[in-house]
Amino acid sequence: MITEKFSEGDSPLHRFDPRVKLCLALPYAFLVALSESVAVSCSALALGIVLVTVARLKVGLVLARLRVLFLFILLLWITLPLSMPGMAVYTIGRLSVSLEGLQRALSISLKSTAIILLVISLLGTSTVFSLAHVLSHFRLPKKLLYLFFLSYRYIYVIGVEYRRLRDAMRVRAFKPGTNIHTYRSYGYLIGMLLIRSFERSERIYHAMLCRGFQGRFYLLDHFHMHRRDIAFLLVMSLMLIGMGLCEWFLTIS
Amino acid sequence: MVSNNILIELEQVGFAYAPLRPVLRGLDFILEKGERVSLLGANGSGKTTLFHLIMGLLMPDSGRLRVFGEERRQRKDFDEVRRRIGLLFQDSDDQLFSPTVAEDIAFGPFNLGKSREDVLRIVKETLAVLGLEGFEDRVTYKLSGGEKRLVALGTVLAMRPEVLLLDEPVIGLDEEHRNRFANILKGSNLSYIIISHDRDFLEEVTNRRYLLGGGRLQKT
Repeated sequence: MITEKFSEGDSPLHRFDPRVKLCLALPYAFLVALSESVAVSCSALALGIVLVTVARLKVGLVLARLRVLFLFILLLWITLPLSMPGMAVYTIGRLSVSLEGLQRALSISLKSTAIILLVISLLGTSTVFSLAHVLSHFRLPKKLLYLFFLSYRYIYVIGVEYRRLRDAMRVRAFKPGTNIHTYRSYGYLIGMLLIRSFERSERIYHAMLCRGFQGRFYLLDHFHMHRRDIAFLLVMSLMLIGMGLCEWFLTIS
Repeated sequence: MVSNNILIELEQVGFAYAPLRPVLRGLDFILEKGERVSLLGANGSGKTTLFHLIMGLLMPDSGRLRVFGEERRQRKDFDEVRRRIGLLFQDSDDQLFSPTVAEDIAFGPFNLGKSREDVLRIVKETLAVLGLEGFEDRVTYKLSGGEKRLVALGTVLAMRPEVLLLDEPVIGLDEEHRNRFANILKGSNLSYIIISHDRDFLEEVTNRRYLLGGGRLQKT
């Protein structure tokens, strides 16, 4: 089930215009992902930590989100030092741990953690629906937008339906195992979900037609840019440019 | 026999989902202005089908359908019908698809070509009628069952319909929401048809009763 725990809160970051936050999150993510210098990765990580703190997000929740990432990173720390050719810093029998491998693993760890923290603090502090609104303000193709928007709206309903079916199986003493009965029952469950979702989509469409739907959606809400939004945009952009220049000088030399 | 008071008129309407098992066979029905009709019938007797025929979501296999004095034959004849008749679906999750309550209520009026100012006013008025002031920014799918049903009614009322078709409007509602629903209906001057199995509720809000069975309607 999708929850939006980070979006519930009241901090300066929650109050900033989501358009500004989206405009910042994307270039930051790109810059950090493409950067090669440790200084830039470290400053992005520091910025990420500052923003998450300013947003007053629960540390436990942020760590829970990072845990998934750390699993991947752990795999990199195991494989990269052993597989990348370079100067050996340590040898175990025929395996050698390379300095380049360690550096690469460290850089990926810093960069990915920094990006996740930045995205959590910038985008996570807005609801998915306000982000969908932002995308429509940015004139993204309408069909993609409605696909995103309606999927998000109904994933919840389909999730509830899934749990209802699963519970109905459980109360009749269904215990999943490695056998044909389990596979078949799950097959029925998924098939039933698909059919129900299809039928629901038809009913929703009918309901929309009954309210005069003619293929156009209208936006009721409009965002308002305040002075603090512009200030935030300026400060963050300056830091972004600073980090970009830093990256440029460091890689040239 | 042309009367200005006739809103909906079905004449010998037949309809089948599967050719050998017709749901409606030669159904006759008239709804006049001011009538508040309850529609009873067994499960699967075609009550919801009848609503969908009136709205043009389904097309009859035989017979004639006149709504607001004009015969409706093709899909596009129903554009006007949908503007002037409001259908409340059984499952409110089918009706509420917008992120917030205000936007869902605004969807219909926007489709009618109303201006933003008018739409905002309509949203406010509609919420006041429902007794849901301050619900504008609530997220639709996180509402309780009773609130969802009231908001779904609001999305229909916001289009200022002349007729309401209500499909099981109070099923699963608690006493309080059921009473609020009844009071909203009684306080309106709308004509409506209600499908329900709740005899007390029907007693309270309707003045005529039909039974659908064997593909036809009987007055009871």
